[in-house]
Amino acid sequence: MLEADRLHLWRGERHVLRAVSVAVRAGEAVHLAGPNGAGKTTLLRTLAGFLWPEEGSIRWCGRPIAADPDGYAGATAYLGHDNGLKADLTAGENLHYLTRIRRPADDAELAAMLSRVGLAGRAEAPLRTLSAGQRRRVAMARVALSGAPLWLLDEPFTNLDVAAVGILTGLITDHVDAGGLAVFTAHSEVPLGGRTRRLALA
Amino acid sequence: MSGARDPVSLPSAAARVFGRECRLGVRRVGELLQPVTFFLMVTTLFPLALSPEPSLMRNIAPGVVWVGALLSSLLSLEGLFRADLDDGTLEQLVLAGQPLAGLVAAKVLAHWLLVGVPLVLAAPLAASSLSVPAAALPVLMLGLALGTGVIVFVGAVGAALTLAGRRGSVLLSLLVLPLVMPVLIFGARATDEAVRGDSAAGGLWLLLAMLILAVTLAPLAVAAAVRICLE
Amino acid sequence: MATWTWFHRLASPPHVYRISGAFLPWLALFTALFIGYGFYGGLVLAPPDYQQKDAFRIIYVHAPSAWLSMLAYVTVAVAAAVGLIWRMKVAHAVAASAAPIGASFTFLALLTGSLWGKPMWGTWWTWDARLTSELILLFLYLGYLALRGAFDDRARADQASAVLAIVGVVNIPIIHFSVVWWNSLHQGSTVMKLARPSMPGSMLWPLLSSLLGFTLLFAALLCVRLRAEIIDRERTASWLRPIVGAA
Repeated sequence: MLEADRLHLWRGERHVLRAVSVAVRAGEAVHLAGPNGAGKTTLLRTLAGFLWPEEGSIRWCGRPIAADPDGYAGATAYLGHDNGLKADLTAGENLHYLTRIRRPADDAELAAMLSRVGLAGRAEAPLRTLSAGQRRRVAMARVALSGAPLWLLDEPFTNLDVAAVGILTGLITDHVDAGGLAVFTAHSEVPLGGRTRRLALA
Repeated sequence: MSGARDPVSLPSAAARVFGRECRLGVRRVGELLQPVTFFLMVTTLFPLALSPEPSLMRNIAPGVVWVGALLSSLLSLEGLFRADLDDGTLEQLVLAGQPLAGLVAAKVLAHWLLVGVPLVLAAPLAASSLSVPAAALPVLMLGLALGTGVIVFVGAVGAALTLAGRRGSVLLSLLVLPLVMPVLIFGARATDEAVRGDSAAGGLWLLLAMLILAVTLAPLAVAAAVRICLE
Repeated sequence: MATWTWFHRLASPPHVYRISGAFLPWLALFTALFIGYGFYGGLVLAPPDYQQKDAFRIIYVHAPSAWLSMLAYVTVAVAAAVGLIWRMKVAHAVAASAAPIGASFTFLALLTGSLWGKPMWGTWWTWDARLTSELILLFLYLGYLALRGAFDDRARADQASAVLAIVGVVNIPIIHFSVVWWNSLHQGSTVMKLARPSMPGSMLWPLLSSLLGFTLLFAALLCVRLRAEIIDRERTASWLRPIVGAA
């Protein structure tokens, strides 16, 4: 389980996080809500270990994440504003490299995930030929293939069509039902049902 | 569930990173040829600026070839992490759950292969046109192979450090040039001795020592710099 | 634990601001005393060198400047390492304050070396190993300051330049060795000799006094710059209000 306790973080002169606390249990998704500039992305990047809070602690399974950053990173899958994919590689190659630096996975598993996100048969397509929405779906497949128990997703629903939102909620639901954890930011309500807890940042 | 199931060992993760870099390099082969083209152009400048007289050329050739190789491999470093930062793959590298220094080392190693090998192969062409005797070419190529390694690894630190700042094309060279001046000294000296028919072993051993130091220490600094730029 | 208290107090800007203020008058006093004796003894009392005549007297500025150019870089690197490892902001402020001082002393060492070179070699610049090393050190300083200037965000500037300073300090012995090696191949042994073992006491004592005085001067300048740097960095902090007046 993930516990962030009374985080404070300054960006230059701006006090972005003021005593923010989050706790996420296994089998739970947390929706970070709040207006622009409330620190949603900052909090997510702090939870991902990119930013160091000036005060407060982040614990994963009871241990401070600073004690074993690589181990914590291995338990985390992060989807940022950028997809983390290479435009010069095909969808299949992107998944191949990004998944297998984390865990062994066979080709059938990669292909199955691609068809799950609605891109069956597009494995050989260079990423630059895919639309923005299709690329986002490849990035989701990458998160789902990571095998990481903790998903940190920054605005995963933005600019997705209805079908893609359905695919994404399906992936998150399955992950959470299997005992996974998810923290995501979103402007609007998301159709995730009772598994989601909403946390509003002011 | 405290971590990912069945994690991958660092060597095989690093091999994936290396493989990806090589594949990306092959996809953008035109970009890959830019440093070596620049190198050949720079070495052409000197006979034009001075005189093509063979004895003069032979005297300055080691310095010219080494300065050209130094500058062209430095210029190639500007984009080393920039694309990865822009498309978010740098974040994925940091969050791979592997020691970051190991993964960036694999990435820099691939860059060395992609940029260094064409330079080493083009060097005899440039050197012969500057009246360097054929007997000195093996030493030149070996020296360049080692020296470009040092330049690429030390330069990668500068490339990672300049990522988060305002973009400035000269800044990277400003940071890295003083750090790699010993490479120029040892490399040009070894080549010069080979041109004169003396033993070039001293300079080459010193280059090898620097390479070992750079390969072991620079990735730690690169990893620290990458984390800083993502903050 | 008691031994660590001083270390933790060093991390507190108000504490550092206070103690650097308390040290400053004493540093200034002893700087004046030691440099005063060093210059008077070296420039007035010491006899002219039998070979270089009065030209050698520039050693009383050149040698301390060259020594400080190194000391300041090591100070920057050590402060930077402390700042990176313990995430101590005051240490970054020390590094930021020390670097321009070090660059100035490096420049001074080059300038005096060049002035010394004119009567000795008949030229303002010679590719002597020591001068060349000093020149590359100046380049390292300029790179460090340029990197610092390339960031809008101070925290990032601190950390990125810290990595560069550490890489630089690992490289300095290599650079120095390579330059000495290069120089010995091209023009034989170094011409300029500092502090010959046979130097008589009337020349040596003022030199040592000058070295100590310059070191204290560096410490004093560092205190002044550090206090200004702390005020700049902590300008929104409440402890500063009574000191700088209501903003």
